[in-house]
Amino acid sequence: MLNQNLKLNTKIFDADVERETTRRGFGEGLVLAADQNKNVVGLCADLNESTQMNLFAKKYPERFVQVGVAEQNLVTVASGMAAMGKIPFAASYAIFSPGRNWEQIRTTIAYNDQPVKIVGSHAGISVGPDGGSHQALEDIALMRILPNMIVLSPCDSIEAKKATIESAKINKPVYIRLCREKTPIITTEETPFEIGKASILFAPPMTAQVGIIATGPLVYKAIMVAQKFAERGISVKVLNITSIRPLDFEAIINLAKEAGAIVSVEEHQIVGGFGSAVAEVLVQNYPVPMELIGVHDKFGESGTADELLEHYGMGIESIEIAVERVMGRKK
Amino acid sequence: MLQLTDEKIKQMEEKARDIRVSIIEMLMEAGSGHSAGALGMADIFTALYFQILKHDPTNPMWAERDRLVLSNGHICPVYYATLAHSGYFKLEELKTLRKFGSRLQGHPDRRFLPFIETSSGPLGLGLSQTVGMCLADRIDHGKYSGKQFYCLISDGELEEGNTWEAMMLGAKEKLQNLTVIVDRNNIQIEGLVEDIMPLKPLKQKLEAFNWHTQVIDGHNFKEIIGAIEQAQAVFDKPSIIIANTIPGKGVSFMEHQYKWHGKAPNKEEGEKAIKELTHPINYAQPKLKT
Repeated sequence: MLNQNLKLNTKIFDADVERETTRRGFGEGLVLAADQNKNVVGLCADLNESTQMNLFAKKYPERFVQVGVAEQNLVTVASGMAAMGKIPFAASYAIFSPGRNWEQIRTTIAYNDQPVKIVGSHAGISVGPDGGSHQALEDIALMRILPNMIVLSPCDSIEAKKATIESAKINKPVYIRLCREKTPIITTEETPFEIGKASILFAPPMTAQVGIIATGPLVYKAIMVAQKFAERGISVKVLNITSIRPLDFEAIINLAKEAGAIVSVEEHQIVGGFGSAVAEVLVQNYPVPMELIGVHDKFGESGTADELLEHYGMGIESIEIAVERVMGRKK
Repeated sequence: MLQLTDEKIKQMEEKARDIRVSIIEMLMEAGSGHSAGALGMADIFTALYFQILKHDPTNPMWAERDRLVLSNGHICPVYYATLAHSGYFKLEELKTLRKFGSRLQGHPDRRFLPFIETSSGPLGLGLSQTVGMCLADRIDHGKYSGKQFYCLISDGELEEGNTWEAMMLGAKEKLQNLTVIVDRNNIQIEGLVEDIMPLKPLKQKLEAFNWHTQVIDGHNFKEIIGAIEQAQAVFDKPSIIIANTIPGKGVSFMEHQYKWHGKAPNKEEGEKAIKELTHPINYAQPKLKT
């Protein structure tokens, strides 16, 4: 029931599905983008290895700038480089960039419309043992409210690689949200990718009763939930949204029209985040009952990624309950 | 070495006076804006645009131009007036300052004036962008690209942490074609800089950050131009020039008054200011505070 047109990973339902980090996909994608365009430069705030920018820095040391632990400088220096025609990728942890340096990003990148690519790794609660101070649960909200900014949240390593390569090709500021943990590979090299376009990854062969709209590595859990419902004869479709801004209104509205009930899934505060973005589309175009999966007005804590996702309501069981509940709310 | 004759200095003094008159006219018309810092920097802007900068008002986007970033964007009346007097646009346009539909926004805005290097206003962001410009230029053209990079910052702005992050990177990267001029006018919106957040000993601080540091009288063209030439003769580090200036320079009732940081003259005050500027002989200038 995977969408055959998208050439997804057929091993996705296997217990030993291959796993990789989205940050690794970024690191590989940046090298490829740099191979294609000499104007691609990289800046990092003392987190080269963690963000996987080290792959680029090793191959192109003359195009790499180490700014030290200084995230405000990271993005403003990047803006200056963009003003001279460069395509800068500025990498750190999401909690610091765009967490600490939001106004710098607003004024020097979004306002100036400079094509800086802000790469925020270790986003979400799945950072795990580092604890709540390091778990960025607000970054989608911070970035999606900025005019000119494109916001990408890849679902797996391969998509992160494509998102990185495509980001380098567009003359706009971009935020790329990445995660620390290895997560299942959902797509393949052949899966189409286009900024601004969402795609249905999982679709039982009958009309959907509920639509799950998910972003980031939690898309995998959404598919697992839909598969469980399919086994019970209930049709749940899964829409993967990598491009949170620009948002594929048409795909969201079409799924709402078909299913009549929506569950959004994100590893982020539900207030102001991805689910809110989906709700904004629905409420103005085609309102249907909706449940939002994400963090509910809390900060995180230490634990393994799975423990935390379960505890804070983003596990498979929580998504299942949300699907049941939203089905019950349909008229 | 630039040929700096007495004749040339006299021309610049006259140009700076015209720019100051324009600043008053603009602010009077706008009814709001920042007077003191704009007047205080008129001589430095004049020296830069009429003597130092490699630029072409008929081709503002010329790729080989020197880059000048105004970090403390609130003093933009002096920026706009200098651009107009240099020929970037008509003097008439200055009267649109801060009005709806104007290209001359309350703070410099690249969305409206695409040929300026960056939008500014929020403090502490200009130096790091200029550092980024230098780094990008060096990647493409090496250390001696023929371009110079200038960043104008205020003393109050040195209270912003981002400025010091940029200082560290500029020194680390030995950006020898970067020259920063600090408008050391000792005032900020709520009072004297040394009361609100002391910067002294500023020269030693900047030297400790490994910048080539000079202190000058920001109203003396020989010193301004000499210091910039000196800065460009330093090849192992970036340069910073602490320019002691008088906020409100040229208008007796504005000079040294922090109340004029963020205030525009009304009609009466403006007319009085223009009279003083155009008839300096009747006006005894107070001594520079030491």
